[in-house]
Amino acid sequence: MKINEQWLREWINPPVDTNQLAEQLTMAGLEVEHVERISIKFTGVVVARVESVEPHPHADKLKVCEVRCGGNDLLTIVCGADNVRTGMHVPLAKVGSKLPGNRSITSTEIKGVKSAGMLCSAVELGLIDESDGLLELPANTIPGQDLNKLLTSHDAVIELSLTPNRGDCLSIAGVAREVSVINDCPLNAPSIESVAAINAKDRAVKLDAPQACPHYVGRIIEDVDVKRPSPLWLTERLYRSGLRCINAVVDITNYVMLELGQPMHAFDNDKLQGSIHVRYAKQGEKLVLLDNQEYTLSDSTLVIADDKRALAMAGIMGGLDSAVTQNSQAVFLESAFFSPHIIIGQARHHGLNTDSAYRFERGVDYALQRQAIERATRLILDICGGTPGPVIEVSANDHLPMSQAIILHAKEIKRILGISIKPAEVTRILQCLGMQLREEGENWQVLPPSYRFDIAIEADLIEEIARIHGYTAIPDQVPQTSLGFHASHCPGKQLQRIQGVLVQRGYQEVITYSFVDKRLQGLITPEAKLLTLANPIAAELSVMRTSLWPGLIQTLQYNLKRQQQRCRIFEVGLVYLTGIDLLQIPMIGGLIYGNISNKQWDREDILCDFFDIKGDVEGILSMNGRNGKTVEFRPTTHPALHPGQSAEIILGNQGIGYIGALHPAIQLTLELSQPAYVFELQVNRISTKITQKYRKISKFPTVRRDLSIVVSKDVQSTDIMQCIRTSAPEILINLELFDVYQGEGIDLGKKSLALGLTFQKSSSTLIDKEVEAIVGEILIRLQREFDAKLRE
Amino acid sequence: MDDIKKLLKQAKTAIEAAGDFIALDQVRIDYLGKKGQLTQRLKQLGKLPAAERPKAGEAINNAKRTVEEAIEKQHLILENARIETRLAQDKIDVTLPGRSQRSGGLHPITLTLQKIEDLFTQIGFEIVEGPEVEDDYHNFEALNIPEHHPARAMHDTFYFNEHTLLRTHTSSVQIRVMQQRKPPLRFIAPGRVYRCDSDMTHTPMFHQVEGLMVDEQVNFAQLKGLLRGFLERFFDRELKIRFRPSYFPFTEPSAEVDIMGENGWLEVLGCGMVHPKVLENVGIDSKKYTGLAFGMGVERLAMLQYGIDDLRVFFENDLRFLEQFN
Repeated sequence: MKINEQWLREWINPPVDTNQLAEQLTMAGLEVEHVERISIKFTGVVVARVESVEPHPHADKLKVCEVRCGGNDLLTIVCGADNVRTGMHVPLAKVGSKLPGNRSITSTEIKGVKSAGMLCSAVELGLIDESDGLLELPANTIPGQDLNKLLTSHDAVIELSLTPNRGDCLSIAGVAREVSVINDCPLNAPSIESVAAINAKDRAVKLDAPQACPHYVGRIIEDVDVKRPSPLWLTERLYRSGLRCINAVVDITNYVMLELGQPMHAFDNDKLQGSIHVRYAKQGEKLVLLDNQEYTLSDSTLVIADDKRALAMAGIMGGLDSAVTQNSQAVFLESAFFSPHIIIGQARHHGLNTDSAYRFERGVDYALQRQAIERATRLILDICGGTPGPVIEVSANDHLPMSQAIILHAKEIKRILGISIKPAEVTRILQCLGMQLREEGENWQVLPPSYRFDIAIEADLIEEIARIHGYTAIPDQVPQTSLGFHASHCPGKQLQRIQGVLVQRGYQEVITYSFVDKRLQGLITPEAKLLTLANPIAAELSVMRTSLWPGLIQTLQYNLKRQQQRCRIFEVGLVYLTGIDLLQIPMIGGLIYGNISNKQWDREDILCDFFDIKGDVEGILSMNGRNGKTVEFRPTTHPALHPGQSAEIILGNQGIGYIGALHPAIQLTLELSQPAYVFELQVNRISTKITQKYRKISKFPTVRRDLSIVVSKDVQSTDIMQCIRTSAPEILINLELFDVYQGEGIDLGKKSLALGLTFQKSSSTLIDKEVEAIVGEILIRLQREFDAKLRE
Repeated sequence: MDDIKKLLKQAKTAIEAAGDFIALDQVRIDYLGKKGQLTQRLKQLGKLPAAERPKAGEAINNAKRTVEEAIEKQHLILENARIETRLAQDKIDVTLPGRSQRSGGLHPITLTLQKIEDLFTQIGFEIVEGPEVEDDYHNFEALNIPEHHPARAMHDTFYFNEHTLLRTHTSSVQIRVMQQRKPPLRFIAPGRVYRCDSDMTHTPMFHQVEGLMVDEQVNFAQLKGLLRGFLERFFDRELKIRFRPSYFPFTEPSAEVDIMGENGWLEVLGCGMVHPKVLENVGIDSKKYTGLAFGMGVERLAMLQYGIDDLRVFFENDLRFLEQFN
C-alpha cells in the first residue's frame, strides 16, 4: 500500500525525518518496501481554459482548440483527447516547457495546423502511470497559473508491504495509529462531524444475509453536480496513492477508503428501484461489473440488489448499470461491513482483486461505517454540492464480530520472550494500541479494539508487546534444551557416500524440476499413470516425473546445445508413481554421453558404452553396506532402453533399478548423435545397515588356475560365473573374467571366455591334486550345463 | 715374476678398455676364469721349485686380487654410466597432464544444504524428511492457515486436486514429525518446495530448510541467539543482523531476519515461536512446552555465499556453471 507522507503527517507529525519514519515502520512490522521522493518533473505548464473546440480539417481523431492562458491572446492547440470540451480547465505545456522524460515542447505543425503547445493528461505530467484523457482542473483554477504552484512538492510516497494480519493498517488512519504508538506522540485526527439531513429522502435497506453483512449504512444525496472535477489536492493524493481519478463522487469514496480504511460505494440513486437488499445471488444470476465484464453468479456470492436485480458484487466491485457518472443527479452512498470470509472466497473465485475486496477480506473496522459516510457526505457537499438525506443505518448486532476479553499473564510474557518487561511498559503499549485494560494483580484483562481482527489470544498480545518494545531490545540467549542421542541410522549419510562415489568418477550433480514435459515423460515411461498438475506453470512442466531420466536427458540436450562434447551427470530426488496409493520414491539416476574421459594427449578418444556406466553402478553397489547381498544385472526390456543393452539391477532378490543404453528410436527422436547410457536406482534399497561382520584372513598360500573355455555366444557370462562359484564355494576365493573373444580361431556363433580362479583353504595348504580335482569337476559341470569346451 | 707383472699390466689395460659388461666379463674369464691366465699360473705353481712356490703364490694371488678389484671398480663405472644413460633416455615432460577421469562435483544447492545440515547437527539437530506431494491439512490447515486465509494467497500453490498439492514450504514436515513424536524435539527438514510463480526472482521449485525445537524452556531470546550463531558460522564472519516483526500464521511472535549486505539489508530467514494453536493441533501441551521454528531459502543463502545474482541458473544446469563449485 502506498502512503502519502504529507497526508500522514496531517494526522501525526513525530519529530523524525522520512528515512527514520520508514525505519520505524519496518521495525514495527509494517515493512517499507520503497520510499519514493516526489519531485515535480515538469516546468512551464500552466492552467488553460478551453474556449473553443473544432474538428481538425485533415484528421478525424484530432481537434483544433483555442485556449486562453492568461492575457487576452488565444493560443491554437491541436489535441487528440476525447474529453476535451469548451469551458474546461486543463494543463497546457507551452512552447519551451519541459515534461517528464526529457520531453521539450516546441511549436509544431500537425497535419497542416500549427499547435502552440500541448494539452496534458496526468500521465504526460508524470503524476500517474495510466489515465484517460486530459487532466481536468477545477473551475477555480486561474488560467495562466503555474501548475507547479498548485501541487504539493516535498512529499514522499512510502510503499508498505503489509502482512495479511494487519488489515487495520490499510489506511492513513491505521498507519497513523502505529506511528503514534511507536513515537509515543498524540494523534491529530481530523474531526468528523455529522452532517444534518436537509431532505427526508430515504431508502429501505434489508439485511437478507445478516451473517455476511451485519452492518449497513446508506445515504441519499440529491442535486449533486458530478460534472465538477475533483480538486487538485484530492486528485494528487489519489495519484500518489496509485489510484486513478474517475469522477468527483467516486474519487471521494476512494479518498475516504484511503483515509479511514472503509471501502465505500456510490450508486446512481435514480437507477435504483425500491429497497436495497444485501442478499446472496440466485444461482446463475448475471451481473455486469464496472470492469465491463459479465459475471455469472452462484448462490455463494453476496450481492447488493434492489427490488428488481443485483446491482453490485458486495464489497468487491460495483455494477456498471447503477454506477455514478458525470450525468448522475443523485447518489446513494454505501458504507457497510462485510464478513472477511465471505469476500475472500468470492474475490478469488471470480479472479477479482480490488482495493475494496483487499480490505474487506483482511477485516474492516466494524465500528467505522457511520463515520465514513459522514466524512464522504461532507466532502461531496463541499465539492459537488447537493442536499443530503438522513443516514440510514441497519445492523444485526448478533452477527457483528465480538471482541473477547483476554487475560494476559506477566509470567507468560517471560516464558515466551525470555525476558521480563516492566508492567508499566506493558500497560503503556497496550493502551496506546487502543486496548482497554484492567489490571488484575500481576495480570491484565485486555479488550482489543474493533479494528484489530488479529488479536484473539494471549500470544497475540505478547507479540504486540514484543513488537512495540522492539525485537532489538530483546537480548540474544543461548538455546537451552535436553540433550539426547538420535537413531544412529541416518539415510542422508549413506546418500552422501553414494554421491561421493559418483563425484569421484567424474559425475556432476544436477537439480532439475520435479515436473516435466508430458511428451518426454511418455517416451521414457509410456505405461506409467501420471500425476498431473491442475495449474501447471507451463505445458512442458505439467506432470510429475516418474523417472529421473527426462530431467537428465533435458540437461544433456541443454549442454550439447552449448557445445559440450561429453556429459556425466546425476541427480537425486523423488519420482512420483500413482496407482492405488501415491508413491514418492527417492531415486538416484545418472547419464553418460560422449567420450569416456576428457581428451588425453596420448590416447585415442573412446566413446563410452554400457560397461562404463555399469562400472559406475557397480562402484556404488560395492560400497560396504551391501551386507553380503549379491548384485545381479539381469537382461530385461524397458521402453526407454535398447533391448539388447539393458538390465534390471537386482540386489539380493529385490529389483532396485535399471541400467542401459537409451533406445535408438528415442535417441533419434531426441536428435542425439551418439548413444546415451542411463541408470536409475532406488536409494532406500541400496543399503540400510552398514555394519559388516569380520572374516578371518587365511595364512595359507593361494593357488591360481586359468581356464579358457568356448561356449555359444548367447550364454551369459554371469551364468558361467555363478556355476563356477557354486561348484567350489568353500575354497574359491576369487573369480575373475579377464578375456572375452570372438573371431578368428573360434567357430562362428561361439565365444571364448578366459577365467582366473583363485583357491585357498583356511586350515591348510592346498595340494595340487585337490585343485585338479575341483577344476575337473568345474569343467564337467560347465560342459554339462553350457556345452562348454576347453579352448585348444 | 716379471711375467706376472706383465700379465697384470695387460689385465689392467684390458679392464679399463672394457666398454660394456660383456667385454668386462670376457676380461674376467680371460684372467680369472677356469682357464684364465692367472688361474693357469696358479695351477702351474706345483711345477716350481718348492722354495719359490710361496713367493710366487703370493705374487699370483696378489695379482688376482688386484684384477678382481679393478674389475669391480670398472663394473661400478659401467653401472653408473648405464644408469646415467637410462636417466637421460627416461626423461619425460612432467608438466604434461595426468591421465585420469576428472572429478565431478555436487550442485551448489547440495553444497549449501550440507553446510547448513553440518552446522545444525553440530548442536544436536536431527535431519528429517517429508513428502513433497502433500495434503491440504499438513501444508495449511494444521499450520493455522484455514481455507480462505489471506496467507494462502501469498503461497501460489500447485494443486493436483482440491486436497492434494505440492508443498509450498517445508513447514509441513513440522506437523508430520510432531504428530509422531513427543518433545523434546530438535530437527531440521531440508527439501524441495514449490510455488506457482516464475520470473526473474522466482522459480517454480526451490529449496527450504525448516527448523524446529520444542522443549520446556525454549523462548524468543534463544531463537535470536540460535539464529545469530547459525548465520555467523554460515557466512563465517561477524554480521550485522536484525530481527524484524513479521507474520506467519504458524508462529507468534514472528520475525524476519535480515543481514546487512553491501547495499543494505537482505532478508535471509523467517522465524518465530510456534503458535500455540499449532502445538495443540498436534497434541502438544502449549502450557508446558514452547517451540521455536525457522525457515530459510537455500537458494538465497547459496546466492549470497557464492555471489550468484540470478536465481534461474541453479536449475539450468549448465555444466560451465556447475563445474565452478567442484
